[in-house]
Formats: sequence, structure tokens, C-alpha cells
Amino acid sequence: MDPSSPGLEGHLAQRGITRRQFLRFCGLMAATLALPARYTTRIAEALSTAPRIPLVWLEFQDCAGNTESFLRATDPTVVDIVLEVLSVNYHETIMAPAGQMAEKSLQDTVEQFPGQYIAIVEGAIPTKDGGVYCTIGGRTAIEIVREVCRNALVTIAVGACAWDGGWPAASPNPTGAVGVKDAVPGLKNLINMPGCPMNVANLTAVIVHYLTFGELPATDSMGRPLFAYGHIIHNYCPRRGHFDAGRFVEEWGDEGHRLGWCLYKMGCKGPQTYSNCPSVQWNEGTNWPVGAGHGCIGCFAPRFWDTMSPFYERLPNVEGFGVEASANRVGLGIVGGVTAAFAAHGVVSAFRARRHPLAAHEEEGPPVQTDGGD
Amino acid sequence: MHAVCSVRAVENALQIQIPDNARLIRNIIEAAQYVQDHVIHFYHLHALDWVDIVSALEADPADTADLAQSISDWPKSSADYFAGVQNRLKAFVETGQLGLFANAYWGHPAYALPPAANLMAVAHYLEALDWQKEIIKIHALLGGKNPHLQTYLVGGMAVPLDPDSQSAINAHRIAQLKRWAAQAHDFVAQVYIPDLLAVASFYKEWAGLGGGVGNYLAYGDYPQDTSGNPSSLWLPRGVIFDKQIGNPPQALDHREIREYVTHSWYSYAEGDGTAKHPWEGETRPNYTGPKPPYEFLNTDEKYSWLKAPRYQDTPMEVGPLARMLVAYASGHERVRELVHQVLDHLDVGPEALFSTLGRVAARGIETLVVAEQLSVWIDELAANISRGDLAIHNGERWHPSTWPAEAEGWGSTEAPRGALGHWVRIKGGKIVNYQAVVPSTWNGSPRDAREQRGPYEAALIDTPVADPERPVEILRTIHSFDPCMACAVHIVNRHGREITRVKVA
Repeated sequence: MDPSSPGLEGHLAQRGITRRQFLRFCGLMAATLALPARYTTRIAEALSTAPRIPLVWLEFQDCAGNTESFLRATDPTVVDIVLEVLSVNYHETIMAPAGQMAEKSLQDTVEQFPGQYIAIVEGAIPTKDGGVYCTIGGRTAIEIVREVCRNALVTIAVGACAWDGGWPAASPNPTGAVGVKDAVPGLKNLINMPGCPMNVANLTAVIVHYLTFGELPATDSMGRPLFAYGHIIHNYCPRRGHFDAGRFVEEWGDEGHRLGWCLYKMGCKGPQTYSNCPSVQWNEGTNWPVGAGHGCIGCFAPRFWDTMSPFYERLPNVEGFGVEASANRVGLGIVGGVTAAFAAHGVVSAFRARRHPLAAHEEEGPPVQTDGGD
Repeated sequence: MHAVCSVRAVENALQIQIPDNARLIRNIIEAAQYVQDHVIHFYHLHALDWVDIVSALEADPADTADLAQSISDWPKSSADYFAGVQNRLKAFVETGQLGLFANAYWGHPAYALPPAANLMAVAHYLEALDWQKEIIKIHALLGGKNPHLQTYLVGGMAVPLDPDSQSAINAHRIAQLKRWAAQAHDFVAQVYIPDLLAVASFYKEWAGLGGGVGNYLAYGDYPQDTSGNPSSLWLPRGVIFDKQIGNPPQALDHREIREYVTHSWYSYAEGDGTAKHPWEGETRPNYTGPKPPYEFLNTDEKYSWLKAPRYQDTPMEVGPLARMLVAYASGHERVRELVHQVLDHLDVGPEALFSTLGRVAARGIETLVVAEQLSVWIDELAANISRGDLAIHNGERWHPSTWPAEAEGWGSTEAPRGALGHWVRIKGGKIVNYQAVVPSTWNGSPRDAREQRGPYEAALIDTPVADPERPVEILRTIHSFDPCMACAVHIVNRHGREITRVKVA
């Protein structure tokens, strides 16, 4: 193809990447999005011809963790995104201009492309005391986020903090921190991508989905894309077999830990966390927390600092093992046998009376660690 | 960095000694962090203060190839390669959508590099973006993911070791770590350091600007054994007053650290002129600034969300320059060798270290020293495994029932941008006070009760600004500290009014 043609495929051609390789990438993207294979061609067409949509990336009460995640993008890479896929007009951490000139880049985009740019928001928005806890150039975060997001084509809240306030909003939430959905009530075209941080493989998938289909991917009732947040980790965990068989890590570094047994008794929150971590994994599929030997801390879950801690205390209320086993059509006899193994491992006694963690944030103050596991 | 600092604070409070493998895994993770973070800082957060991208469009790629081949053996250095980069850049510019590069100070007279050097730097800016996501897979292997690794435990690391298991660090995983470590080192030695020296040689006047307070503090890091003894730290601990690097640094006592809130939007129970050690620290917000939106802050009053940490009532610079000066003064052989090489190469004296350029050079020196050491620690981990030492965690005090009724501790690390300390007090199994003193509060601190300026403010004094509307000189000095995005930066003009909040990265 003509190397001077616009779009991702053109630049890939310049870099000696063949059409076959390009289509394979599009196929991978379709797979990430859980789309049928026939969509590969459509993604390829969209990426080859898409105009460069402006993007502004706002940071408020954040640690730049989602920015760091963004820099690890692979398909396409951040270089591809910045130079060819989108027009990244504003991003405090990586943009060249500073101070008033940086703010000019933001204002130029909002004024010149009303309703035509993507807004990505990272970090929580403090609302207490007139919003003084986060100001940029003398303007409050709440003022900026409302102006920018209400004029955006699409808003993507990346990370736990931009979703529901995350860590700044953890009890006792001294700055009145909230996520975008509460800072900009009624905002249309809002996609929430929680996680600490969000997985950039999912962010690039959302962007490619939008460029391909001209609409956002299907979401759940909390605005999270179903392709990334539709399944409980526990159900797709490579260690699930060990859970079912009652093989648990009992101490860090014990034989079960070395052999990759289930981390449930070490506090793993996989049974109550919706995320595609086990399949997509992190850093170009290199690994994920459970793969490294540590339980999930539930960072994709609502208000996870309050609801999923203590991180090393086992979940009290795992969706009934028997229910899932029967759903998976495991024979009743086997269920009985494994349940017995379960009891023998002391797991059943751990299901002590406690409120469902997702309701815990309504309690006064965060739960306090009193039991570090066995 | 906060993760390792927090577990160290609790380990200190509960007097827990971690296994040697946990020490090595922490060192490997931190070393990988330094190499990746410093390279990103140089190319993506700081280089464009020195490198004019627009000028790169005018370069003759053959000249760039000559330049690149004269300073390095890095294989990607042909005229064709640089022409390809330039074409990609041209295609980008011709779309008229300049994105991240719009509204910068291109063409500013303070840019001194010839077009050929600018093109080389742009090529490496792009290469470094691809490189960093590869080598940081060291973190994914040992921490589950990057960023925000998840395997730090009080008492060790949740990374199992077992040569006979595919679910643990085995020979294959060690080989992967070695490959990424080699990739990390090669880029630093063959691209970053040659680029740094080439760029610095055009900006030698910055060896006389941006010095700042002249006092340097390093907690030190990378323990060489599990004793917890400061003498075990590979990058040493110490304090340097008044640029005195001819003698060994003073021993650091964390009890000498106090934080002021005189000009910070907090209040202390005993009054805002007092100072508090972090174990006694208070964090009670007390915003007294103007109602937003506002143009200016009154710096005679409170003007920052940063507290003002001081050591023996003295402002301290922290970061790579502080660490390299403390290492130099402590007699760290490899650091001394590289410092002398860099000073000789640039033909400047040791006084050049106390400057904006000194900060940039120290970051590069440190990156090379750490990149060299990365594979040493991986080898030591492999040697432990081959001896049958698979311990990763000391669980003696894992359960809170084993804790004393009361305990207090502090943990320290050297984050890439500088000294990081956490202080914890535990009572009845719960935290009763927790304070973090982070590098950007040392460097970016507002004035204290004695009206002493912090390092950023002091470093900007006497910096010439050719065009107040386009103050690229200010950015050069502020960015040389590697400020934390989450921290406030205020620039004050001679009328004492804030003229801008600099976007820092």
C-alpha cells in the first residue's frame, strides 16, 4: 500500500510491517474485545482511514499510575497513538509545553473541537471546601472536569480514582473526593475503566472499538465495558482447579505457594472481582498478580480500599462453591467430596458472619485488620 | 516505591528481619525502576527543554548518522534510519495536528543544539518509549504488574522461588530477567549516556546555574545484607552541608527531621511556627488561600499544600544529585570513577556538580551504575536458589496477635526522584499515626518559620530568563529535579506574585 496514506496501516507499512501482520494485530484486538473474527476486517478498515480524533487527558488527585499504564501500551504503542492514531493534545505528564501554554492546548481543543474530542480523566475530583484541594492554574478540578467533559464526544474515566474516588475517597475521605460520574452528573457517553491502575490493553481496545464502530462498547450498569469487566476473576483463574480441589497456599513460600496453588486463604479477592486480568494479563501478557504469587486485591471493584481490605483476610462470603460447581455441571458426588475437602482445609470455618464487602463502605470508617490470615 | 517504604516502616517497628531473597528481589525491582524512570525522565519529561523538535525537521540525516556513529556503537544509526524517523515526523507535522508538541517554545533562542543533534534526540525519544515498556517487564515478573506492583509483604515478598516449579521463579524466569537487564543496560550505556554527554556539551553554561540550597540528604538504599544496618547500603546514607564533598558525609539521624507548616495550608496544635518530627506529625488542612478561580497567591502568607521538611532546621536537596554526591564523598568507587569521567569529558571542575546540569548528569551516572548492578543482583538470587535457599518471607510476626501493644518505626527508600520516608506508630494492632515525607516536599517545599527557601525556590534565584513570556530556562531547572506531578509548583516573580503554575512532570 502507499506508505504516505494516513492511518495506522500506512505508518506500519513505513515501518516494514506487512498487511498480514497488521491484520493479525486487528484479529488480536477483535479477540480482546470478544468480537467474532469477521470484525477483523472492519477494524483494519477503520484504523487505516480514521481521522485523528483529538484527545485530552486530565489529571487531578492522581499518582499518574494510569499514565504509566498508558505508556506501556502495546497494540498500538503509545508512539503509534501519539503520532498516528489520535491527536493527544493535552496530557500534563508527557506534553512538551508547560504552564500557560499547556493550558492553552487544553482550551484550544475545547473551543476548536466542541463535541469532537475524547476526554480521559485520571484521578479523583475533590468537592469539599469549594474544591480548593486540587487546582490547576488557579482553577478547581471540579470546574475543569465539568467544562471539559460536558463538551467532549466521549469521556473515559481511567483508574479507580476517576471512577468512584478511589484512594482519595477512601474513608474518611478528607477532601470530599468523587469520581467523574458524581462530579459531572448526567454525563453522557461516559465509560468507566476502574482498576489500580486500569489495564492499558483494555483502554486501547476501547479506543479501537470506538474508531471502528463509531460507538462505545457495551457496558454494565456501572458503565464498565463488558469485554473487560464482564467476568469474575475466580471463574477464569488458572488456579481455579486448586480451589475446587481444596489445595490452598497456607503460608508465603510454602510448598503450595511454590506449586501455584490457590491464594484464597491468603486473602485473594478474585472471587468477588470482575476483571479480565486472568486472560489479558499485564505488560503485554507477561504476568498478573496471582501469577506472580500474590492474591488479587480487588482493585477493579467498587470502593476497593474500603470494601476489599483487609487485603490478607480471606473473603467471608465467596459465591457458593456448590452453586458454581453445579452450574458447571459437576456431579453431586464430586461436589460433596470437594466440599468435605474444603472443610478439612479449614475454609468453611472462615465464612464467618460478616456483611458483604460491597456494602462495607456504608459503614462508619474503614474495616480494621484484626486477622492477618493463618 | 511507597510500597517498599511502607513495609520497611512496619518491619522496623516490629523488628522483622527479611530473608536474603526478599532483599534481592526488592533490589532488582528497585534497580529496574531507576533505570526505566530515569530514562523516561531524560527523554520524555526533560529533553524537550533542551531539544528543539522542529529543528530536527531541517537536519540532514547523513549528518545525524555521522554524529551518532561518532559517539556510540548503537546499531540503529544509519542515515536511512534517521531519514525514516524524520519522514515520520514530517508526516506528523504535515497533518497540522501537533498534539503533545503544540504550543511549546520551539525556535526559542535558548535552544542550542544543531539540527543533526536534535534529530538524533528525537529518534531516541521514540526508541526509549518502546524500550521502557519492554525492560519494565522485570516488574511484571516479580510484582505481577507494572505499575503498582503487588507482591510486597511485611516480612518479605510474595514471589515464590522453586527451580522445579513452573509457578515460581525458576531458571527460565531468571533467564528472562537477565535478558531484560541486559537490554536495560545496553540502552543506557549506548544511547542515554552518549546522548546526555552530547547534549550537555552544548549547554555548559547550565553548570553554573540552578544550584539551589547546596545541602544534600540521602537515606541511601539497596541493602547488601539483611542486617538493617545503614553501613550495608550499596548507595550510602548521609548528609552534606554547604557543598562539602571533600570529607565523608555526616551520619544521618532521622530524629533530626522536622516539618514546618508556616507557609503551608495546614495547622499545628502548638502553633504554625513550630516544627514536628513525623512520629508526632499532624495533617490538618487549613486552606487560607484565595477563592478559586484565582490568578495569584500571596506568598507572604500560606501558599502551598506541601509541608516544609528540614534536617537540623536546614533545607535539603534530595534526588540523584544528592545520592551521587553522598556516594562520592563516601568513597563509592564506581560513582567516583564515573563522576570524574563526566567532568573530564565536559571539561568542567567539580563545582559544576552543584547546578542544573549537575543534576542532569548525576541522574545519568546513577542510571549507569544501577544498570550495571542489576544483573549482579539477579546472579546472586540465582546463586541462592541453586544453594537451595528458597525463603522469601519471615512470617514470625505476620499475625497481629504476635505484635507488641505499642510500636513505632520508620522506613526509608530512595525513590528515583529522591529520599522517601514513612513513619508509623502502632497501638493495639492498629495504626494510630502515619506520615510520609516524600522527595518533592523536600525539593519543592515552601519557606519555613525562619523564611528559608526550599531547593526549587533557591535554585531559580539568579536564573536569567531571556523572554518572560516563554521561560524555558525556568523549566530547565525545575524539571532537572524531576518533580512529582501530584505536588504543587508555584513560580513567584519579583513582585512576590505567582505568575504561573508550571506543569511539571
